[in-house]
Amino acid sequence: MILESIVFYSLAVASVGSALLMVTRRNPVIAALYLILNFFCLAGLYLTLQAQFIAVIHILVYAGAIMVLFLFVIMLLNLGDERKLSDAISPRKIIAGGLSLALLLELLSIFVTGTEGLPEYNADQALQVGTVEYIGKQLFTKFLFPFEVTSILLLAAIIGAILLAKKKPD
Amino acid sequence: MYELLHDLLGDSLLVYVIGAALPLLFVLPFAVVAVLLEMKVSAHMQDRVAYMYTGWHGVLQPVADILKLLQKEDTVPAAADKFLFRLAPFLVFMGGYAGFAALPFSSAYIGSNIDLGVFYILAVSSLAVIGLMMSGWASNNKWSLFGAMRSVAQIISYEIPSALSILVAVMIVGSLNLQEVSKFQEGGIQNWIVFGGPMPLLQKLLLLPFTITAFFILFLAGIAEVNRTPFDLPEAESELVQGYNTEYSGMKFAIFYLAEFANMFLVSGIVVSLYLGGWTSPFGDVMSGPIWSFFWFVAKGMFFVFLQVWIRWTLPRLRVDQLMYTSWKVLTPFLFVCIFAVGLILVL
Repeated sequence: MILESIVFYSLAVASVGSALLMVTRRNPVIAALYLILNFFCLAGLYLTLQAQFIAVIHILVYAGAIMVLFLFVIMLLNLGDERKLSDAISPRKIIAGGLSLALLLELLSIFVTGTEGLPEYNADQALQVGTVEYIGKQLFTKFLFPFEVTSILLLAAIIGAILLAKKKPD
Repeated sequence: MYELLHDLLGDSLLVYVIGAALPLLFVLPFAVVAVLLEMKVSAHMQDRVAYMYTGWHGVLQPVADILKLLQKEDTVPAAADKFLFRLAPFLVFMGGYAGFAALPFSSAYIGSNIDLGVFYILAVSSLAVIGLMMSGWASNNKWSLFGAMRSVAQIISYEIPSALSILVAVMIVGSLNLQEVSKFQEGGIQNWIVFGGPMPLLQKLLLLPFTITAFFILFLAGIAEVNRTPFDLPEAESELVQGYNTEYSGMKFAIFYLAEFANMFLVSGIVVSLYLGGWTSPFGDVMSGPIWSFFWFVAKGMFFVFLQVWIRWTLPRLRVDQLMYTSWKVLTPFLFVCIFAVGLILVL
């Protein structure tokens, strides 16, 4: 499938490129826009893996809602000179560097060990796993408890947001 | 559709390009008709006659307008972020146009017959939000930024009622694919989901109040999502000059308008496919078939486009607080009741 590999490689290059540009840009708005591009590329990669539902959710939630709110906040804050932030070596930077290094090592170890020990999936199964019906059934049977716990967590977050937004909590 | 193209051209990239360009054949002529419709309807509602000189009763006026816009100078403000400024209108149009891929125009044609259907349309339309934000920010103009902020806040708020009202129909049908949803409603006007769908009589009567409510809310939220009056705060000309597209001129300005008209039809198409039978004929088997179904879909869609124009020239604009109040405190609670009731009726 020549077309599939063209799609995969162009998406892969675009996602890595946009991620790099996202970290290196000085202007936070531009950086956020590159992050959105990165999300779209990732969604495209999910699609090549037949994970339709994840791809659409990724665009709807991350690129559509969360990143727009990010942009909103960045524009409202109107960060003036972000160059001030970039000079000194702070503990925050060291922690961030350490975490990134850990992630890199993790990824490298996956490359080294390959796909050994992972459950085998054939193409038909992969087609089924990505659909809404399958995910819905799994959520309401096998993963019902984690699902309900997550919904309680979200409910708590909503109530918290309302409390914080109120001027005088009474 | 792709099978046919595959047979004609084999497995090549061209198949996908042609497949992706097909809805343009509808969107571009539709935009021209919609411009004329908007002008003529607004004029007659205000006791005017609108354009009368270009062609019979001014029917060639949109063509003249396009020619004028093509010749106009394409200005970019000196302090604008040039790249984003140029990119924004195309993103806004892409967001609307990508939705056409999952819209079933006829029993024989749907751009892409994916299972996610209407859910996919919801997701890609968020691309337009990013485009709007980009246009407002890149213009480097306060009015544009305010307009963009308002429009983004509005679209994100109204995505919730529209998604919930889509859910009501999806729960009844049990599929997100709009082609399946349309097929489900075959057999005449009484089987449309707005009238309860093809259920046994008792269930139908129980569903009726909830489906009608969800249908109205979906249409309302749709108008809000395309930023048209009474929800046109992003371009409230008395407050914000022209909103996010203040700095745009020439073809880029025209593309914003093209996007708006494409979105108008997209919203109408979603309402029609989910609640009003999509491409099915209202008379059962009479006047059905691929060609007739295309006719019915476009006719129903055009009716809702007309309704949007009608509402625009009838109602005044809402205030920002009224807008948010309507979305969060009126439409959303009503829909929660609808979803709960519909779920209960379907299970029992």
